[in-house]
Amino acid sequence: MTPLHYYLIFAGLLFSIGLAGALTRRNAILVLIGIELMLNAANLNFIAFWRYSANANELTGLMFVIFSVGIAAAEAAVGLAIIIAIYRHYRTTQLQDVDKLKG
Amino acid sequence: MPSDFPISLIIIAAVTLVSAAFAMSLRNLVHCGLCLAVTFAGLAAAYLHLSAEFVGFAQILVYVGAVAILIVFTILLTRNAEVHISPVSRSWIVGLVVALIVCASLVVPLLQSPSLQRGPAMTTKPNAEVLEIGKKLMTQYVIPLEAIALVLTAALLGAVVIAMRDEPDKKLNRPIEPRRHGDAELETDAPRLRASAVETQP
Repeated sequence: MTPLHYYLIFAGLLFSIGLAGALTRRNAILVLIGIELMLNAANLNFIAFWRYSANANELTGLMFVIFSVGIAAAEAAVGLAIIIAIYRHYRTTQLQDVDKLKG
Repeated sequence: MPSDFPISLIIIAAVTLVSAAFAMSLRNLVHCGLCLAVTFAGLAAAYLHLSAEFVGFAQILVYVGAVAILIVFTILLTRNAEVHISPVSRSWIVGLVVALIVCASLVVPLLQSPSLQRGPAMTTKPNAEVLEIGKKLMTQYVIPLEAIALVLTAALLGAVVIAMRDEPDKKLNRPIEPRRHGDAELETDAPRLRASAVETQP
């Protein structure tokens, strides 16, 4: 079967792409997409280490990913709601325009 | 080409990484959202490749079915006037350099460590059936399961409360003018709006 490090390199590249997007883009939605990509790269690592471990029947990594997917869904819902609230208030989703604590 | 060359994984990874790069670099936000859906589907294929069927299908259900659609809806709801400024921030070169450093520090050790370049310890397929996962969720992992139920309920309520309409907008009874980049500050608009609201009263 495929050696383990192929999956880890795949996850590392995906994490870097998400990080680059989150650090460079101006739109709040795209920053959130970058964070989602980073979360998914971490999930891929969990699954890969679970499958290649000697004790895979314990399903530990699998369970971690199931809960991580749930948390990520909650995070996406709240994050997008915050973006919509910011849009209502400032009429923009560009992060450099949102520069007040009390608007 | 060696016989164990992981051609299927290479194809999955290439599709996923290219669509992720497009999702992070395209100018049109709707295209970004659709590329993101392809990325999530590619990750689900990688999970299936790792014989984690339940997580793979949950990934399709949650990410492709819910999160990507939610992001596309948000993009459409917050569609503002054409933005003529650059889509990347002023310090984008710093962000790119940081991401490249992180990428190198993740990938270079992986290529150099022989202990990670091995096959799975279990040669047989692990027992990851839905029945087994359900049994574990109901016994060993029941407290995390209840906790995540609470978290999801709180997130649902929080998202509804946050996305509800602001009170001041309702009182003003007219839409706030769109704020374009480079306009005057928001406060300078406020007295004018208030004055016009007074004028319209009988």
